Amino acid sequence: MRPSDGSLLTAIDLERAFGARRALAGVSLVVDVGEAVLLAGPNGAGKTTLLHCLAGLARPTRGTVQVGGRTLRAGDPASRRRIGMVAHQTWLHDDLTLLENLAFAARLYGMSHPAQVAAAALERAGLGARSGDLPPALSRGMQQRAAIARALLHEPDIVLLDEPFSGLDAAASAALRATIAGVAGRGGAVVVVSHQPEEVWEVATRVVGLRGGRVVLDAPTAGNSPAITQPLAELGVG
Amino acid sequence: MASGLRGALALAARDIRAELRSRTALTSALVFAALVLVVFNFARDPTRLGVADLAPSALWITFAFGAMTTLNRAFAIEKEHGALDLLRLAPMPREAIYTGKLLANLAFVGVVEAVALPLFVLFFNRPVWHILGPLLLVTALATIGFVAVGTLLSAMAVRTRFAELMLPLLLLPFMLPPVIGAVQVTARLFADRPLSELWGWLRLLAVYDVVFVTISVLIFPAVADE
Repeated sequence: MRPSDGSLLTAIDLERAFGARRALAGVSLVVDVGEAVLLAGPNGAGKTTLLHCLAGLARPTRGTVQVGGRTLRAGDPASRRRIGMVAHQTWLHDDLTLLENLAFAARLYGMSHPAQVAAAALERAGLGARSGDLPPALSRGMQQRAAIARALLHEPDIVLLDEPFSGLDAAASAALRATIAGVAGRGGAVVVVSHQPEEVWEVATRVVGLRGGRVVLDAPTAGNSPAITQPLAELGVG
Repeated sequence: MASGLRGALALAARDIRAELRSRTALTSALVFAALVLVVFNFARDPTRLGVADLAPSALWITFAFGAMTTLNRAFAIEKEHGALDLLRLAPMPREAIYTGKLLANLAFVGVVEAVALPLFVLFFNRPVWHILGPLLLVTALATIGFVAVGTLLSAMAVRTRFAELMLPLLLLPFMLPPVIGAVQVTARLFADRPLSELWGWLRLLAVYDVVFVTISVLIFPAVADE
């Protein structure tokens, strides 16, 4: 684990076991203000499990997660307010329109004028014209854009993205890269799980490789040197 | 506290809005309730079994099983697209998730009961106007009890492979005390017994509500984080 002063998100010796299998085997990670971390690794490396632990959605078998130096606990809503997440699934309710889905999320976060906030977020995501549609009527890419808009609705400091480019077209991918850079630029931090490093490479400041539930690579992305690309290739994501 | 109440109300309102749009749980519960009443009505031999003997049980079986149909859906809808994680990540206490679901479930079961009661009056030719106040009181007390437990057990059952089978298995034993109490009170109401005979059962129902709402609120965070 790198020493850090301005850490937003810290994982300390995380272990997460499913029966006898350890999905995470002592992962430590510090994510600083302004960082966009690409979390890479082959299938089953523990990336999604790590992201769920960082969000407080999965309880580690051992170790702790800290948000801004404060231990993340299930009974601590204040720390969770600082986190926004896009998961594998969209978390959108099929019987609510996009606008209703996002307005509901805004209400959960105690935002004033939730409907207006939700409508503005959908406009920014290029979904203003589809705000009255139910999610099943939309393409996978549009649903993903709505999920991203929902995750960023409350302007979180820490944004956790699990395969966020899945289903996105080139324009939406570019917009997401700009969003990632924007969150990091305004003093937040982003952790992106992706099997396609090229999608996020230009905005990632650091790459962390996982294999078998352990960190096997942790390096800045600047320079795109063979010292990084070779280990990434070995992880099967280069 | 404020975030919890706000979150609970937002969740209840969302569930009601979604149900009004899909009508999945309410439609099936209402059809089920109507069928139960029809079956009870036509299966009864009026020369052997009087209406007064059967009516209280028929009413509460209808209410209880109609409620179970709606309770099954409470957390099943959160499983779709992983939406429960949205609630778990939101900055509100876990207890607010339970409270929101409880409020929505009470609304759904209340609708089922509000529709089933006139059907019951129709099929059983059993006017309830003169006992409507006490009948509504016992209905509210019993409903709060089994819906409180049902909401908690629905959150547990949804994580199993056969959630729709699991919920009735888990819930039925907990449903017995409030349903038995409610049948006893209803039978006395239909027999025009004095209100003084009801207080014991009503107190029992009230205690059940307090105990099981409290236990459910306390246990739910562990269930949500499991």
